[in-house]
Amino acid sequence: MATHAAFMPGGATKEAAATGVWSWITTVDHKRIGILYGVTAFIFFLMGGIEALIMRAQLARPDNDLVSAQTFNELFTMHGTTMVFLAIMPLSAAFFNYMIPLQIGARDVAFPRLNALSYWIFLSGGLFLNSSFLFGAAPDGGWFGYTTLTTRQFSPGHSIDFWMLGLQILGIASMLAGFNFIVTIVNMRAPGMTLMRMPVFIWMSLVVQFLVVLAFPAITVALILLMFDRFFGTLFYAPAAGADPLLWQHLFWIFGHPEVYILILPAMGIVSEVLPTFARKPLFGAPVVIYSGIMIGFFGFGVWSHHMFSVGMGPVADSVFSIATMLIAVPTGVKILNWISTLWGGSIRFTSALLFSLGFIAMFTMGGLSGVMHASPPVDLQQTDTYFVVAHFHYVLFGGSIFGIFSGFYYWWPKMTGRLLDERLGKWHFWLMMIGFNMTFFPQHYLGLIGMPRRIYTYAADLNWGFWNMVSTIGAFIIAVSILVFIVNVFKTRRNGQVAGPDPWDARTLEWAIPSPPPVYNFASIPTVHGRDELWLQKHGDGHGGAPVPKPAPASAKDIAAIHMPPPSYWPILLALALTVMLSGLLVSYYQVVIGGLLTLYCMFKFALEYHRPAQEAH
Amino acid sequence: MADAHVHHDPNIGTTGLDNRKVGMWIFLGSDCMFFGSLIGTYLSYKGKSLGGPGPHDVFNIPLTSESAAVLLASSLTMVLALAALQKSDLKWAGRWLLATAILGAHFVLNQVYEFATFVLHDGLTLSTNLFGSSFYTLTGFHGAHVTGGVIWLMALWWQLKRGRLDARDYTKVEIAGLYWHFVDIVWIAIFTIIYLIP
Repeated sequence: MATHAAFMPGGATKEAAATGVWSWITTVDHKRIGILYGVTAFIFFLMGGIEALIMRAQLARPDNDLVSAQTFNELFTMHGTTMVFLAIMPLSAAFFNYMIPLQIGARDVAFPRLNALSYWIFLSGGLFLNSSFLFGAAPDGGWFGYTTLTTRQFSPGHSIDFWMLGLQILGIASMLAGFNFIVTIVNMRAPGMTLMRMPVFIWMSLVVQFLVVLAFPAITVALILLMFDRFFGTLFYAPAAGADPLLWQHLFWIFGHPEVYILILPAMGIVSEVLPTFARKPLFGAPVVIYSGIMIGFFGFGVWSHHMFSVGMGPVADSVFSIATMLIAVPTGVKILNWISTLWGGSIRFTSALLFSLGFIAMFTMGGLSGVMHASPPVDLQQTDTYFVVAHFHYVLFGGSIFGIFSGFYYWWPKMTGRLLDERLGKWHFWLMMIGFNMTFFPQHYLGLIGMPRRIYTYAADLNWGFWNMVSTIGAFIIAVSILVFIVNVFKTRRNGQVAGPDPWDARTLEWAIPSPPPVYNFASIPTVHGRDELWLQKHGDGHGGAPVPKPAPASAKDIAAIHMPPPSYWPILLALALTVMLSGLLVSYYQVVIGGLLTLYCMFKFALEYHRPAQEAH
Repeated sequence: MADAHVHHDPNIGTTGLDNRKVGMWIFLGSDCMFFGSLIGTYLSYKGKSLGGPGPHDVFNIPLTSESAAVLLASSLTMVLALAALQKSDLKWAGRWLLATAILGAHFVLNQVYEFATFVLHDGLTLSTNLFGSSFYTLTGFHGAHVTGGVIWLMALWWQLKRGRLDARDYTKVEIAGLYWHFVDIVWIAIFTIIYLIP
């Protein structure tokens, strides 16, 4: 931990010079961990995308037989699980890791080794989940894995075991990261950075982390009960023994609805950074945006049963959850108005980053409007389990989260790599994605309304669903082309891209006050913060005639040499491996569980005592 | 800031609190949701079992009351261990830490005995009925928390014996204490909700 800097060998220069695979395996630098998260999650994002393309190819025309029904089940299950847990969440985590310390003026997160541990557990969980393909046992119970479909009686093979254990491993990673980021944001802020001076991205990150640490225990319990049912013969999900068939659904959605905000709030934070920068105006009503984010997080725990209107909970429960769901549209709508008002009267630069943020606002609003529709139980009964719902959640998760995340990529890429992405290719990427996205998902509203159920692997020709399905499939492949354009952009600019310099956008927050990419210690001298847009205040004053605030005094070479950063550690990856050995042992043998458990305990001790001072040291 | 405070404790952050302590509080908040979900499951299945034995066919309230008393007492010894350590009284800090661990182990052994009696004498297993499933899972996870705490306390005690823990490290004992008191409070909730309320 950085916290034990006084007892640590090494220093800033030592880690900065480190290169090679071993330095990445043992790194505890939040910036490198952020890059690891980003690259890994992007690869999983491509895998989830390929799964989607195969499904779209299968559905392109009626009575198609490209894949079997069983394969189709595996594809939609893994597509959903991958995109939620292995793509959007960790892509957001890449930005949390990289940007939280930079934006609050810190040198690292509160617990750097714990941060590395989160990443390695996430990677293990992702690989474990996807290794199910190699064993011919890919999960096939849908991403929300409803019981009793997923109990041993109806899913006798190992596919659900892979899903269940994989999600538990991933949950540990998310929760550890959540503890770490909350402590970082609460306790590692630069002097002067009061809570209301924190950038809005930091606020949204903080709300997300609270959602993670409070919502994941519910799915952990749901999965543990499922694990006990499948392995140890408990009866939690056995209606024959009197069990409530809705127990899983309640536990899952108590997690699942906050999870929706875990996926969208980081993108809202990114957009709230991008818009003010490219409109050259402060975020309109920033405190209201912050309060709205908190309200969304708070209400997010009170609306889970709107996923369950069709199970028949009775008029009282339906009404309560319906009203709560409509209420949550209020803070969301407030945010949209604030973003639009930020643009109003600004001197706007239409960069790729801004285009993706504008795309976010437009697409997310459409997803929100269809969301308000099925907040009403009678409407929901009509739409549930149809392609209308598929269209809705892709408008918020793709049109919302993914557009926001790409906005973040174009915005922060120069900070992370030192080079700008190509703007011309960026605009091609944006317009292809915008067109492809709407072609793919807009017709699905219509398909849903004329009765096409979700999760069917084919349909008869006389239903007349073929045309719009073909349009949707063509759209999906246009999205794929847009992603290829992005990848080309990354490789093209890697060596030859325009050098960014510290502040290519004339931006507003602290990460732009330091070189790109930042040195390992981030800030040579820790800044003192005077307002929400600290860098803007340093450069231009408050815009109402106030003088610019002072910049931090430059650090001398001696000061920089005295900065102590935590040295690398291999215990995070070993602990993550031990944990995976233990949990995956359930599929192999109980001996492996015991051996893995002992190894985990051993690694925990080594991890905990790594920087405990030697016995003889006097103070 | 960085240069002026050479002896500034790097653990103490913006709020003036120790990072590790803030982290432990957040973890405990999260663990509340964990036990909340398990207790909720138990309550929603209360009285829903299709066959016996039920809770009051098997519970041995005097034995469990003794467990509760032991665990409560261990919170006192935990406080005394921390107080002794902060006063640099390493001898008593070690004794109180060991006492806390022993009381915790006593609780776990009581639970093992209780479970064994239920299985062997009353024929209540994980798969007998909904009560068996939800009772063993809830109390078992609490027992696992206590066991983890005992291992943690023993590790602290061993560090102390080897001269690697003293008054400067009181936060390490304090956060173990936070965890320990939390597990104790959860037991008060479980004991009341599951054992005492008919």
